[in-house]
Amino acid sequence: MTLIQKGRVVSLVGLVLLGAVYVRALAFTPTEATQGLAQKIYYIHVPAAVWAETSMILIGLASIFFLFLGDPRLDRFAEASAQVGAVFAAVVLTTGPIWGKPIWGTWWTWDARLTLTLLLFFIYLGYLVMRGAVTDVGLRARYSAVLGICGLLLVPFIHFSVLMFRTLHPQPIVLKPSAPSLPGVMLVTLLLSFGVFTILYIGFVMQTYALALAHEAGSDG
Amino acid sequence: MGDVLRHAWVIARKDLLLEFRSRTAFLSAAVFTALVLTVFNFGRDPTAVATIDLAPSILWITFIFAAMLALNRAFQLELENQALEGLLVAPISRRSIYWAKLIANLMFVSVVEAIGLPLFVLFFNVPIGNVLVPLVGLIVLATVGFVAVGTLFSAMVIRTRFAELMLPVLLLPFLIPPLIGAVQVTAALFAGRPLSEVEGWLRLLAAFDMCFVTLATLLFPATVNE
Amino acid sequence: MLSAEGLRHSFGSVRALDGISFTLSAGRTLALFGPNGAGKTTLLKVLAGLIQPEAGRAVVEGGRAAVGWIGHQSHLYGHLTVRENLLFWATLYDVPRALRLRRADELLRRLGLADRADVQVRVLSRGLMQRATIARALIHDPRVLLLDEPFTGLDLSAAAEFRELLTELTGAGRIVVLATHNVDEGVELATDVAFQSRGRFVHFEPRGARGPSDIADAYRRTVASG
Repeated sequence: MTLIQKGRVVSLVGLVLLGAVYVRALAFTPTEATQGLAQKIYYIHVPAAVWAETSMILIGLASIFFLFLGDPRLDRFAEASAQVGAVFAAVVLTTGPIWGKPIWGTWWTWDARLTLTLLLFFIYLGYLVMRGAVTDVGLRARYSAVLGICGLLLVPFIHFSVLMFRTLHPQPIVLKPSAPSLPGVMLVTLLLSFGVFTILYIGFVMQTYALALAHEAGSDG
Repeated sequence: MGDVLRHAWVIARKDLLLEFRSRTAFLSAAVFTALVLTVFNFGRDPTAVATIDLAPSILWITFIFAAMLALNRAFQLELENQALEGLLVAPISRRSIYWAKLIANLMFVSVVEAIGLPLFVLFFNVPIGNVLVPLVGLIVLATVGFVAVGTLFSAMVIRTRFAELMLPVLLLPFLIPPLIGAVQVTAALFAGRPLSEVEGWLRLLAAFDMCFVTLATLLFPATVNE
Repeated sequence: MLSAEGLRHSFGSVRALDGISFTLSAGRTLALFGPNGAGKTTLLKVLAGLIQPEAGRAVVEGGRAAVGWIGHQSHLYGHLTVRENLLFWATLYDVPRALRLRRADELLRRLGLADRADVQVRVLSRGLMQRATIARALIHDPRVLLLDEPFTGLDLSAAAEFRELLTELTGAGRIVVLATHNVDEGVELATDVAFQSRGRFVHFEPRGARGPSDIADAYRRTVASG
């Protein structure tokens, strides 16, 4: 099977599993007392946010290796990860308000997760726009690597500044921080969702990577 | 390192001489700063919010936008007659080129800020007399961070098609964490609160400066090597 | 001494250098002929240290400090005068202060720029700018000269003057690589001749006693035989 076919299979498996997780979430996981049905969005929102951030970290690492090794596959991976990361970030930014409106009455709030994801989203967009603006392939790869590494370094700064800002100006917490306070069943559903999103990430990256490879081969030949 | 700084200074001095000769960039930046401050004045409802509450934001947004306009000049100077190629052939470290542009940008932006700050005080009646020294210190601290990242990015965007538009798109996400810090510390200063209250922000700004100046120095050669 | 070993470099799918190896010792002048796209400029850029080749290596004794480069662009700053440009590059190349002014004056005189020394480069005609470019390349007394079509823009008398200057420079034990597609321009200066086509040296041999027409014939024959 070619890479793109494998990628499609993985993504499809992921989507089916996502459906399964949602069946579990809706039918077999208790509804949260205060937040009601809207809280179910949590199971997409949180894993997507984690992967939106992890994508950036992976881009940063791939970029560091690219500058040392010069392997174009690392650059292609970084590009794929940026596209997928942008999509996951968009998911977070849309599910956040969908959750927030029924609960808090406002579409948007500057809570830690949404703010971080918004900034990541901007970095992804900038990364992709810049790639579009540079025609020379070698230059584009080097510039992307530089931007990717800077993005990686920025992540901890975003965390700290958002954290400090929140202690000064408490915002409604869009979603309770995960783990210990979640009852067992919900935690399991969440972990399953994490697993599914991992599969989705891998599948989407494989497809995007394969597409980029095909595009390059097409334009060279 | 000594050689790097020495060569950087030779290049920076040349930039300042060029800047002085043509003057347009500098005048435009100064006028732009004054205009932005004016726009801020008319872009708000003075009865709704007290000036002093908005003042820190106004100051820093003005500085950021003026700085962003100024950053591209540094590398644009090397585009003419492809002088950058000459710098790359010369027996100097690539890092000297980055440091030269960093120094030149810092000097340029500092002068623009030195004009902007008094105008700001004048237009918005902000009493900064007794916090002038810490305020200037803060401005230096934050500006170093903005300009360090901005200089690196401008080296890249200068070779893209829409350099003026690309730079803010790439740079602004990176400026937000230090911006938050700068505004918080400024607000504390204007409200007469002790600096110890905003120690966390000052540390963040200092860490940002150190990390990004170092990273930019390390990454810059990748933007010019072929 | 200058040597190249197995140089290979591509830009995307275009093979600019496809296995070039040669050595030049002190006092040799290589005239490098070839059609546009043969990779002459790429070869010179690799020798100058501007491009890191994908494979192979080039070694220039003395490193970048010993290289004088004339490419397609002048590397001069338009808003600086000719003299200021020369002094800038001299300083960057660490020419001792005592020598800088003296050498600058001498080159200005030699290249007929003495009366334009304090004129800003941007108002110079193309021919004068090319002369200023030559001065810039020589200001640090390089042992190795890499010249990419340096006669472009020079009128007959300036070209003759430059040829005389080159003869002087090569006589003093320098190494010169002169890329050109015009046989008349460089052949008499050369000790060695090479034809470059599609990234390779088709021939590399001493010139011997052959004149421009002989070389041109040999070149045409090589190109005709593919």
